Amino acid sequence: MTESLNASWPLWEVFVRSSRGLSHVHAGSLHAPDATMALRNARDLYTRRNEGTSVWVMPSDSISSSDPDSKGGFFESPQGKDFRHATYYTKSEGVKHL
Amino acid sequence: MSTTSQHSDAAVADIEAERAGQQRFDEIIAADSRIEPRDWMPAGYRKTLVRQISQHAHSEIIGMQPEANWITRAPSLKRKMILMAKVQDEAGHGLYLYSAAETLGTSREEMVQQLLSGKAKYSSIFNYPARSWADVGAIGWLVDGAAIQNQVPLCRASYAPYGRAMVRVCKEESFHQRQGWEILLELSNGTPEQKQMAQDAVNRFYGPALQMFGPPDDDSPNSQQSMAWNIKRFSNDELRQRFVDMIVPQAEALGLTLPDPDLKWNEERGHYDFGELDWDEFMSVIKGNGPCNVQRMQHRREAHENGAWVREAAAAYAEKQARRQQDAADAHLIGA
Repeated sequence: MTESLNASWPLWEVFVRSSRGLSHVHAGSLHAPDATMALRNARDLYTRRNEGTSVWVMPSDSISSSDPDSKGGFFESPQGKDFRHATYYTKSEGVKHL
Repeated sequence: MSTTSQHSDAAVADIEAERAGQQRFDEIIAADSRIEPRDWMPAGYRKTLVRQISQHAHSEIIGMQPEANWITRAPSLKRKMILMAKVQDEAGHGLYLYSAAETLGTSREEMVQQLLSGKAKYSSIFNYPARSWADVGAIGWLVDGAAIQNQVPLCRASYAPYGRAMVRVCKEESFHQRQGWEILLELSNGTPEQKQMAQDAVNRFYGPALQMFGPPDDDSPNSQQSMAWNIKRFSNDELRQRFVDMIVPQAEALGLTLPDPDLKWNEERGHYDFGELDWDEFMSVIKGNGPCNVQRMQHRREAHENGAWVREAAAAYAEKQARRQQDAADAHLIGA
C-alpha cells in the first residue's frame, strides 16, 4: 500500500529564476504528490544557497518536446542563411558604430 | 504478403535502426559530446550508468548517517548548524542523482527497493563508524575530499544528466571539505588530548578514504569500458595518486601526520609514493563485514518505514484535493 502510493507521486520539472531580470532556467526534477509540495521541495532542494528569487514547477508529463532523432529535419538548416547574422555584412568595416 | 515475411521486414527495420543508433552514439562519443536521455544508447551503457548513478545516490543517502550521529553532540551551536547544513546537502545530492538515474528509465521506487533489500551497493567508506567529534572533521577533509577528486571529472561524463548533477554536487561539496579541515585544525591547535583525537581520526580514515577510488587498475575490469564511453575520465590509480599528492601538504598545514611509513616524495615521478592498501579489508567491508554495515542498513530501513505515514498522508491529501477540484468542475458543467 505504502509503496504503491509513493510510486505514484508524479515527477515535476523545476525552473529557478536566479535574480530579477533573468529567465527561469531548468534546475532539475523531483517527485511530489501535488504542486504545493513540489514547490516546497523545489525550494529545499534547489535553492539552499540563495540560488533563486522565484521557482516554477510543472508536471514532467505535460511537457511536449521535439524528437531528438529528427534534428536535421525539424530545425531549419542554417546553411546558406549567413545573411541572418551581422557578420555576413563586411563592407562597413572601418565605419564606426556599425 | 505472408505474416512471416512481414515479421522479418520489421526485424530488418529494427536491426537497421539499431545500427543507425549505434553509429550516431559512436559519433557523439568520438566528438566528446553528450548523450541525452532520449538518444539511442547501447544497453550496456544504460545498465552501467544506472548502476553507477544509483550507487552514487545510495552512498549520499547512507553517508548522512555517520555524521548525523554527531548533530546532537556538536561542540557549539555554530558547529551544529554547519553539520546540519552539510547533512542536508548530502540528502540533496542523493536526490539530484536519483533524478539523473531515473532519466535512464529506472524508477525511483525500484532503486530505493534495491538499496533497502541490500541488492544495491553503496560506498564502503560509510560502513566505518564516526567515533569522535574529530571523525566529523576527518570525514569532511578526507572522505569528501576524495569524493570531490572523483566527482570533478564526472562533471564531464558523457551522460549529460549525470554531468549536470555532478556540477551541482561539486559546487556544494567544497564547503564540506573545508569545514572538515577546519575542525581538524582547531583540534590540532588545541590541547594535547584534542590534537591526539584529531590524529587518531586521520589515522583511521586515511586508508579507507584512499580506497574510495576503487581497486587498483589491474583489478578493475569495468574501468576500461567506462573510460571508452567517456563516463570515467581518469583511472582509479590516477585519481588516488592525485588525492595523495593533494593531502600531503594539507596534512602538514594541519600539523598532523598520515599513517603510512612508505609515504615519501619521489623526485623522479614527481609524485608521492605511498604504501600498499589493505585490499582484503576493502573486499571484506564490501561483502558486508565492515564495522557498521548491519547498522547502516537497519537504520535506513527503519527511516523508510517510519516515514511511510508522511508519504501516505501527502498522497491522500493530494488525491482528495484533486477529487474536490474535479467535483467542482463537474458541478460547474452541470450548472451550465
